Amino acid sequence: MKVKSVVSKAYLALILFVLYAPILFIAVFSFTNAKSLGNWTGFTLDLYGSLFSGATSDAQSLLQALKNTLLIAVVSSAVSTVLGTLAAIGIFNMRGRKKAAIQFLNNIPMLNPDIITGVSLFLLFVFLHISKGYLTVILAHITFSTPYVVLNVLPKLSQMNPNLYEAALDLGASPMYALRKVLIPELRPGMISGFILAFTLSLDDFAVTYFTAGSIGLDTLSTYIYADARKGGLTPELKPLMTIIFLIILIFLLVYSIRVSKQAEKK
Amino acid sequence: MTKRSSWSLPYFIFLVLFVVLPLLLIAGYALTDANGHFTLSNLGAFFTEPKIVNSFLVSIEVALENTIICILLGYPVAYILARRKSGNSAVVALMFILPMWINALMRTVATAEIFSWLGIGLGKGTLLFGMAYDYLPFMIYPIYNVLSKMSPSYREAAQDLGANSVTVFFKVTLPLSMPGIVSGVLMVFMPTVSTFAVSEILTNNTIMLFGSVIQEQFFNMMWNQGAALSLMMLIIIGITTLFTGKREEIAEGGLV
Repeated sequence: MKVKSVVSKAYLALILFVLYAPILFIAVFSFTNAKSLGNWTGFTLDLYGSLFSGATSDAQSLLQALKNTLLIAVVSSAVSTVLGTLAAIGIFNMRGRKKAAIQFLNNIPMLNPDIITGVSLFLLFVFLHISKGYLTVILAHITFSTPYVVLNVLPKLSQMNPNLYEAALDLGASPMYALRKVLIPELRPGMISGFILAFTLSLDDFAVTYFTAGSIGLDTLSTYIYADARKGGLTPELKPLMTIIFLIILIFLLVYSIRVSKQAEKK
Repeated sequence: MTKRSSWSLPYFIFLVLFVVLPLLLIAGYALTDANGHFTLSNLGAFFTEPKIVNSFLVSIEVALENTIICILLGYPVAYILARRKSGNSAVVALMFILPMWINALMRTVATAEIFSWLGIGLGKGTLLFGMAYDYLPFMIYPIYNVLSKMSPSYREAAQDLGANSVTVFFKVTLPLSMPGIVSGVLMVFMPTVSTFAVSEILTNNTIMLFGSVIQEQFFNMMWNQGAALSLMMLIIIGITTLFTGKREEIAEGGLV
């Protein structure tokens, strides 16, 4: 029994090491000045300095890509959350064929590979003569994120007491007031997890953005890194940026694990 | 009652405009030539043009291998995680998903750099490593979900009836975790076929996956040809989904 648990711990540790190795590799070499990864030329914070000051034109366009990424993620996941929550409430109150039809359509963007979603929206914007830019990228991100919001909110609807909303209406609440005071508080956990998922998908997306950003020079981090890798040399300031993002995620994990262990103590 | 069902109307219109119409456009472009006349030659290229046929077969091969690697590496991880009794198992499970929050392309570039640092040439081996690295969390998570919800009484009953631990695993645990494996396969197989950037970076453009071929055709303004290949892919996805059962179950077993 003891041997078994040592082996399984060692296995988990090994897989985790491999998963984190590239990230650690980037983090280590963010503290040196060499152009190529894996070349250590002494400890320095130069790259962090030039990232924040936008010293080079590369650093400036990298910062712009970061801003674009965040802007697109915030807007698209916020719209997805509203659209998806309303849709979930509607779907929950539907019956029969209509319900099956909209649920079927809702599954399509989740089953489609990114490149199909990207290509199909590319053709749509060509067909409708909409010039590509922020608007098209945001619409595309809403398209692939909203289904996940719907799927996160639907279970909360079936968990809640269906009479609560009716009771609020009977007691004289307007539909808007009942929505704000009764429905949304009940659905909030599902809306939050849907929002986080939509935000994550948007941050990490490459293929859909690539096909819908057009050629006006709109870059997100993903398309920026792709263009960089194609040119053959990564912008050095990417290393400190990725390290900082990783640290933020680690802090999040730490806070989360402290919360979990506190809850376990309470029990 | 009827009133609230209309709340999904905006989303329904959105779906028609941004999901249904674009898919119809793929079919429309696939079946016409550059002048808008009906043709089947774009679709024919999928079966006859050697470059496309080869890249499709290579993609299927890489995707199969990647899926098997992900199951073999990921199942034990999910199994160990689900069996852990201590309170921090949720945190450990989260650690396997966290790397996905670092930009995937950045991680891929870093993997390629590690290989060149170690003096390992880029090719099929590095491609499979990078693919497994990118998709492993997608296999671990659904299997973990199913296994951690599985009641231990099934295993205990089998043990009480005299089964040894190997039999218990192959006759009870593994069959009951099939839904997790199926949704894991769906989240690994097709995405592997359709990736384009990852294979370019990890093989220095020596191995072209199907996604790269589609991307290249759109890049070269060959929209009709690119749309035809996308349509073929859609048809294949449709068929595999029909065979893998109910869509909702898959979605529930998935990352959500």
